[in-house]
Amino acid sequence: MNQETVMTCRNVNIFYGEKQAVFDVNLDILKNKVTAIIGPSGCGKSTLLRSLNRMNDFVPSFSMNGEINFDGRDVLKSDPMEVRTRIGMVFQKPNPFPKSIYNNIIWGPKIHGHKVNYDELVESSLRSAALWDEVKDRLHDSALDLSGGQQQRLCIARTVAMKPEVILMDEPCSALDPRSTIRIEDLINDLREEYSIAIVTHNMQQAARVSDYTAFFYEGELIEYGVTDGIFTNPKEKRTEDYITGRFG
Amino acid sequence: MTKKVKIIEFLVRGALGICALVTLITTIGIVLVLGSETIPFFEEVSITDFLFGTRWTPLLEPKSFGVLPLVSGTGMIMLGSAFIALPVGITTAVYLSEFSSLKMRAVIKPVLEVLAGIPTIVYGYFALTFITPILKIIFPQTEVFNAASGAIVVGIMVLPMVASLCDDAFQSVPKALKEGGYALGATSFEVIGQVIIPHSASRILAAFILALSRAIGETMAVTLASGANAQFTFSPLQSIQTMTAYIVQVSLGDTPQGGIEYKTCFAVGSLLFLITLTMNVVGQSILFRYRRSSK
Repeated sequence: MNQETVMTCRNVNIFYGEKQAVFDVNLDILKNKVTAIIGPSGCGKSTLLRSLNRMNDFVPSFSMNGEINFDGRDVLKSDPMEVRTRIGMVFQKPNPFPKSIYNNIIWGPKIHGHKVNYDELVESSLRSAALWDEVKDRLHDSALDLSGGQQQRLCIARTVAMKPEVILMDEPCSALDPRSTIRIEDLINDLREEYSIAIVTHNMQQAARVSDYTAFFYEGELIEYGVTDGIFTNPKEKRTEDYITGRFG
Repeated sequence: MTKKVKIIEFLVRGALGICALVTLITTIGIVLVLGSETIPFFEEVSITDFLFGTRWTPLLEPKSFGVLPLVSGTGMIMLGSAFIALPVGITTAVYLSEFSSLKMRAVIKPVLEVLAGIPTIVYGYFALTFITPILKIIFPQTEVFNAASGAIVVGIMVLPMVASLCDDAFQSVPKALKEGGYALGATSFEVIGQVIIPHSASRILAAFILALSRAIGETMAVTLASGANAQFTFSPLQSIQTMTAYIVQVSLGDTPQGGIEYKTCFAVGSLLFLITLTMNVVGQSILFRYRRSSK
């Protein structure tokens, strides 16, 4: 893989109290690529993803060691607030703020005092999230009036408005209907032009559709990592093959 | 459905309905009792004299029925206690729900509940024997019975309620919403100030109104701490009398039933009722407006 990496995990171990959830993981997130993290429930894939931008700091018994390199610095030793402005996140369930569509977008840039033209930022962010045409006439309506799929795209727009380098997505379609899911997948396809994306999904077809690289996790270990086509057509590991052919999970 | 099931359903529905009626009947009853003595009172004393008079001496000659001294007394207790309970209560709740470790929380929560369970009369002793002497050291002109001591102790008294209701409100903010804020690189203070507090604003307001209503209604602690000297003043270091304390004074005394002194009780009670009712209505309408505009 002679690709430019944007994040590098080295020997990452993650614990909840005494219980180890992730074992000695080495994983690269590549620039302007979509990396899918797949595996059965409880395999540690979400735990790892949420550690990449320190979102697990809020879990009381959480601890981790190893190194997560991002732009020459170790995420674990950086200011978590700064890390999160540069590594955005989209969650499983759409979680827009109970504010207008407009205010949802500018919330992040505003608290960081970004001096930008908010109107332009709102338009460009909503366009990046393929939501502009649907909401341009009601920017000041409550975000909660949008459908679930639209809310999720708004959350993506809100993340994009911060101009992050990496976007982490934690099962972003699991609460959505099939049509909304397809729209988000198309969107992920477009976003890769500008952003590096890591997406956790329990849906293998989705991983095959949207990602360039796939990492298969099982019981906290990274079993296999490589080009998505290779993982799905010619897995090297028996467990990967069993999982993607639906023999378990 | 069999006949037996139908009868049981009818009985259960009836029983539930009667329970629901209890509150309605009580409210109507209270309004009737207050009204039946308040109306005759205003046949003898004009409403303007009552509402705007600054001398309250219904038990002494020459009688005077200006209620403002009692209103100012109650007002001082309410504002003073709000000044303590609201900021301290809300910061306690912020600490409890966002910053405290599980261990600290396990200590503070039960202590708050103990504080809420102390009989109000005990708070009265506490004010008289602990708070007032401290006030005297700081302000030597402080009287033995004074409004400040009463306000402080009522503030401490309603503090657990404010803290606990606000804490409940903060706890009910969806985790996903907080994470949405943090994921955009916000600090804890930004998430608290711009996500958690706005999201729980309606419940915070409800907690404030409940606290104020309790402060207005508080009787024993205030009587002990602030005295029974109805004077129209805004000095917190002087003794005062609140509306509730006056009602107790008359009810316990040998005031003959049916006399004008007796009726004053009901006039003051009605006024108290109207004040708390207005507060609730205002609170509700603020809430309603807030909900509509929270976009």
